[in-house]
Formats: sequence, C-alpha cells, structure tokens
Amino acid sequence: MKNYDLVIVGGGPAGLAAAVSARDHGIDSILIIERDKELGGILNQCIHNGFGLHTFKEELTGPEYASRFIEQVEERGIEYKLNTMVMDIAASDASSANGTVTKTVTAMNREDGMFEIQAKSVILAMGCRERSRGALNIPGYRPAGIFSAGTAQRLVNMEGYMPGREVVILGSGDIGLIMARRMTLEGAKVKVVAELMPYSGGLKRNIVQCLDDFGIPLKLSHTVVDIEGKNRVEAVTIAEVGPDRKPIPGTEERYTCDTLLLSCGLIPENELSRSAGIDINPVTSGPVVNDSLETSVDGIFACGNVLHVHDLVDYVSQEATAAGKNAAAYITNGAAKDAKSVEIFPVDGVRYTVPKYIRPAEMDDTLTVRFRVDAVYKNCSIATYFDDTLISRRKRPVMAPGEMEQVILDKKKLGEFPDLSKITIRIEESV
Amino acid sequence: MSTRELTCIGCPLGCALTVTMEGDTVTAVTGNTCPRGDAYARKEVTNPTRIVTSTVRVKGGVFPMANVKTAADIPKDKIFACVEALKDITVNAPVKIGDVILPNVAGTGVDIVAARNVAAN
Repeated sequence: MKNYDLVIVGGGPAGLAAAVSARDHGIDSILIIERDKELGGILNQCIHNGFGLHTFKEELTGPEYASRFIEQVEERGIEYKLNTMVMDIAASDASSANGTVTKTVTAMNREDGMFEIQAKSVILAMGCRERSRGALNIPGYRPAGIFSAGTAQRLVNMEGYMPGREVVILGSGDIGLIMARRMTLEGAKVKVVAELMPYSGGLKRNIVQCLDDFGIPLKLSHTVVDIEGKNRVEAVTIAEVGPDRKPIPGTEERYTCDTLLLSCGLIPENELSRSAGIDINPVTSGPVVNDSLETSVDGIFACGNVLHVHDLVDYVSQEATAAGKNAAAYITNGAAKDAKSVEIFPVDGVRYTVPKYIRPAEMDDTLTVRFRVDAVYKNCSIATYFDDTLISRRKRPVMAPGEMEQVILDKKKLGEFPDLSKITIRIEESV
Repeated sequence: MSTRELTCIGCPLGCALTVTMEGDTVTAVTGNTCPRGDAYARKEVTNPTRIVTSTVRVKGGVFPMANVKTAADIPKDKIFACVEALKDITVNAPVKIGDVILPNVAGTGVDIVAARNVAAN
C-alpha cells in the first residue's frame, strides 16, 4: 500500500489550489486523484471569458485559468493520477504519535485496478453536478435531445459535436445563459429561455451579453409542462406559473424544437463524503465544516463546489488555498486540541453559512464566512450578532440568490466575548 | 431625438437605463444609480464591443478541439463575421495559449488567439 501525507480527491480548480497551498506550507508528499483524462475540471469546458478578475486582474477563459494553476502544480512537481476514480474514503482507528488519524483511500483505474492509499489527511475537492431531468419531474416522453446545459457545453466546446439545431432552455442559471449564446454562435436557433422563478439565477452581464445581444427571450415565472416526440424531441410546451410555482392553465405556449437544455441548479457531489461518515448540511448538500474547513471527520477537509456551489472560481481558489494550508497544519502539528466551538446561525434571509462552526481560539486573525440569501433583497443590510450584541451591519444595495455574500469575522473582536454561545447572521431592512 | 432602453451590467442591481440621443450624440442617461451606469450606457449606444470566444478543430492533438478568443474586444456587430471566419479553421497540434490562430479577424485589426494548450499526439 502506498502512503502519502495528503490525498486530494479531484483535480479541478479546488484540488489544484489546495495542492499548491499544501506544498507551499511544507507538505512534500501529496497525491491529486482526478477521474478525467486531464487536470482542470469543469473549467476546461468553460471557454467563455470572465474568469480570474479577482485572482489575476484579467479576464481569462476557463482553460486559461486552469492552466495557470496546472503550471503551478507542475512546477512544484506535485504528483497526480489521471483517469482514476476514488471509490471509498475510510478513517481508521489507528492514529499517529501527533494524533493524526490515518485514512484509507480506495481508488481504481485501468492500469492499477483497484488499490488502496493511506493518507494522514484528505481534501475533498470533487465539485458538483447538474440537477437532472429525473430530479425535475417534467412530464412528457423521454426522447433523445434532452441534455443538461453542462453536457451540451462539453459536447460543443470539447468534443466538437452540436447537440441540436432548434433549442429551448429551461433554467436561467449562468450555464444555461452561456449555452444560449454558444449554441447561437454555432448556428442553432435558441427560441426561448424559461425560468421557474420570478428572477434569473444568472448574472446580469450574462443576461445582456448572452440573451439580449441575440434577441433571445427570457420568460420568468415559466416552466416546461410537456415534451413531445418519441424518438427525438419535437416540441416543448411552456406555461406561466403562479406564486405557488404551479402552471397556470391557459398560458401554455408550444415551441417546435429538437433540443431541450436543462440549467436547473448544481448539487455538490458528496457520495464519498457520506460513505466516509461525514455530516452533510441539508441546505448546501455539502459537508458541515469549521473555520479550518475541516469536516466532522478529523483530518478530512473540503473546499470548492463540493462544499457549497460557488458563483466565482476566484472564491473557490481562495477557499481551497485555505484548505491546503489547514491540511498542512493538521499533518505537521496533529489534530487540534478540543477547542471551544461556536455555531453560526443563518436566519432571516440567510440560507446557510460556510463555515458553520468557528473555534475562536484556533481560527486565523480574520475569517471569511460565505453564504447565500434566499431571495432578491434591495436596500437591506447584512447584520452580525455575537449573542445579542450587534457587531456589524453592512448596507447592500442589492443581494440576489445567484451571488455569494460574505461577512468577515475578527479574532480579536471574538476575544472580547469569552462566553459567546452563538453567532447570528441575518438580513435586515436598512434604517 | 431617439431613446434606447438598456440593462446595466455593472452590478447585480441591473438598473433599467434610458439613453436619449440626438443623432449619434448622447444627450441624457437616466435610470442609473451610479456613474458606472452612465459610462456603460454611453459606450453601449455609441461603440458596443465584446470579447468573442469560440473553438477550432485540432489535427494530431491529444484533444480534438482548442478554444480560442479575440485578443481584445471587437465591435459587437462583427461577432457573427468573427465566428463565421473560424468555421472552417483546423490547426495542427501542438497548440499553445497565445498562439495567433487567425490574424485580423473580420477586418477588426484584432487577432484570434488560442486559449488552451493542446499537446501533439
């Protein structure tokens, strides 16, 4: 059996940044395991520009952003295995002198078959996947021609295949909007984008530059009520929905088309985490983590879209950098002492926070807490309370579910509250 | 006098902008909440530009496609001419990020450059 200090599951933006950071914090024995045939993850199919504005101060395409991190991994000589799938992660009872618990990672590929690796620490960086038709309960036949937007993106941008010629898109998340433009540029006719919610989950910039630029209509509060065609999609019917999100009879419109793309949300991919016994937050579908991004299992950390779905890859890289540093500290110094932990409660419009727990004694000098809101809020504030004391209130002209928000916690300030029992983050009307 | 309606892309607020024009001259921008909206509206009605990204086929590479982009933004009305010019292009591997794939695309003075590395097979 092979031994590594750190095994990173996933070679996308999160895994790459975590590996670079762990190496830069003194860990030499690192293995990245990637199931695709190259590093870079989903960025490789995201050929549009706009990545890296925060990290590199320029607008890169997805593959360019990925290549910057792949180069850093190569320069440092960090080991990686491609075409390799992790099947299981298990924490053993054995612990080393400094208290790190050994994990066994079971993986397989065509060359080595099934094999086991022992690691002192594991970073989960598996990313997320798209919500499928089966999860959406769309009535109608099950013909060919129904794709998730991300599948269509891979086919067009990486494999060189066009999924269809006349397209209806359900869901106005950024991937759906980006694909509306991409299919149009490749000669398809995108007839309509239907969105169940009364607002789009995508960025304004994408609505303008992917839909308005090409005269593609966006129908808010609409959903697909029928798919026609037995062998191939022949038509799709959409209808307006009421406040209860149920279709309103009499509002149906039929679009002839050969393709339906679904852009209806992303789900962190946590089968491995669950089988490892890691606690999952039902709101994010990602692991519950503390200030060091450590899950409920000692020495297993999580970052990127497997932890919670991000809006910008720059934030994934930042989070993964922290996870790499924290895993390095765990490997070097052993498990943290049983420090007092305080829970962060998301209320009044705040859906969740990452992290969910902080340890005032162990945390860095400042800690970025990220979250999303549950609806569009205009002229409201993000308020943070330590028990019942208001600590900060920051005005935000607009907040939307499609964009992550953040609060920065200060260790010094926390030190003034030695008996702190809870932290609350809420949305308040501005006064 | 004419008016145009735009959605500002400066931030999630997405202000509904109304631009009033006298011929080719902007006489007023309303609906914006901040100066960015004003600047965006003036550029968008007088000289709208976009970065265009697409793909070209690759021969003899480890991947069949390489993505490409305009090295700078080009006039919005040249987008389709730009992708049309790329339609039949096949390049030979290896491809390196920054390689010029097509100079002066659609007469814009802007080059199409590779945005992905593809090693030779």
